[in-house]
Amino acid sequence: MTEPHPDAASDPLSRELLQSVVEVARAIFGAQASSVFLYDEAAHELIFQAVSGRGEDRLVGRRFPAGQGIAGWVVSSGEPMVVDDLAHNTVFDREFAESTEFVPDAIMAAPLLHGDRVLGVLEVLEPVPQSRSSLGELDLLALFAEQAATALRVVLERRVDAPRAARERAEALDLVGSLQRLLESGTPTS
Amino acid sequence: MSGAPRRSAARLSWNLRGKGPDDVAVVADGEPVTPAWAFEGGAGRGVRVCVVDSGVEHDHPLVGRVDGSWGVVTTESGPEVRESADGDACGHGTACAGIVRRVAPECELYSVRVLGERFTGTGDMLMAGLRWAVRQGFDVVNLSLSTTRARFAAELHALADEAYFRRTVIVASAHNMPVESYPWRFASVISVGSHQEDDQDLYLYNPAPPVEFFAPGQNVTAAWLGGTTIRTTGNSFATPFVAGLCARVLSKHPRLTTFQLKNALYLSAANVHIGTGGAP
Repeated sequence: MTEPHPDAASDPLSRELLQSVVEVARAIFGAQASSVFLYDEAAHELIFQAVSGRGEDRLVGRRFPAGQGIAGWVVSSGEPMVVDDLAHNTVFDREFAESTEFVPDAIMAAPLLHGDRVLGVLEVLEPVPQSRSSLGELDLLALFAEQAATALRVVLERRVDAPRAARERAEALDLVGSLQRLLESGTPTS
Repeated sequence: MSGAPRRSAARLSWNLRGKGPDDVAVVADGEPVTPAWAFEGGAGRGVRVCVVDSGVEHDHPLVGRVDGSWGVVTTESGPEVRESADGDACGHGTACAGIVRRVAPECELYSVRVLGERFTGTGDMLMAGLRWAVRQGFDVVNLSLSTTRARFAAELHALADEAYFRRTVIVASAHNMPVESYPWRFASVISVGSHQEDDQDLYLYNPAPPVEFFAPGQNVTAAWLGGTTIRTTGNSFATPFVAGLCARVLSKHPRLTTFQLKNALYLSAANVHIGTGGAP
């Protein structure tokens, strides 16, 4: 088993949770691919956290600038967006799309919000044609993004808690070791 | 007091999903204002419309001439507005400008970029850009943006009122998600959501605000970067339709105040029917 990317969720449960989010998003919209990005505010970058479909095996952990394109708009505006008819659009996010070896014809993207903060972005690439450009689909995307945001919050909280859990484990081990030494030193020789 | 009760406090509606014009028919009192009086024959000539957004691409065939561009930049003393030739960071502002141009082909178009690059959130930059636009005295400001940051609400409210009294009409997009955001919720702006009708010229008044008007925002062909177009959906694209309509009204009736302008839009909306009011 390969080690998770340093920028990816480190624990298996978090990875499983995010993976299920993108799998379901892809299924709902009959899409070629779906991704969840974490927004790194300090670096102003987006980081692939989970991918379903094309690029699944190599994109997790990859970063890209958060100031451009559809995902950039979603981060800075906090609004979802649906765009279609990109196949003949020579400028549309081409650099990024080519880096992922996939230039979609349609993209749906929604912010993952916690209060007034944008934690990340949910993106759905190449949904089936009937899932594009209608207000009902935009509503569904926004609704599902609320669930995805909750999942991302859980992952982030686990990440914050991970060092504490490790510290507590180390302290417990120390305690067990001390007890063992105490027991050994106190064992009657008879 | 006698007579029919005034409207009860209807349930607030954020959108018009599953409803058509007949479901939101309104009988209104007022002058018999019609589209023919309000905006037909007006093309926006002489009206200055400012798109506060991600910037506007110059020379886009669907946008045409951009008469001035500025951007908000971060300085040591805070955000400042400076002249800018940076164009559009993502395409959204260009899309809005193209829709204003389609509706009001002869208006003057200006751009203030408040999003893009390293701008995160829509608070400080949005405030600085919008305040600047209001104080420049633009006739119409298209704001297909809002901020969810409650700490800006009071300041934005004061600015929206200032714009209202200066006769700068702020046409503001309702958020596409059911979250609290500003300034579209304020009565001093004209707020816009999307209807689902397949009619690119139809706009409706919403009898249950805070969203006051619905305009075409579904499956809209819009200008995008590099002189291209996309198809897109959302309140962002309904808003510039109403901004363009405001420009048309003002080009025919340049002395209207902001409240008269909103009234003209109200009375000439397709679902509003004049009842007992007006001349005998």
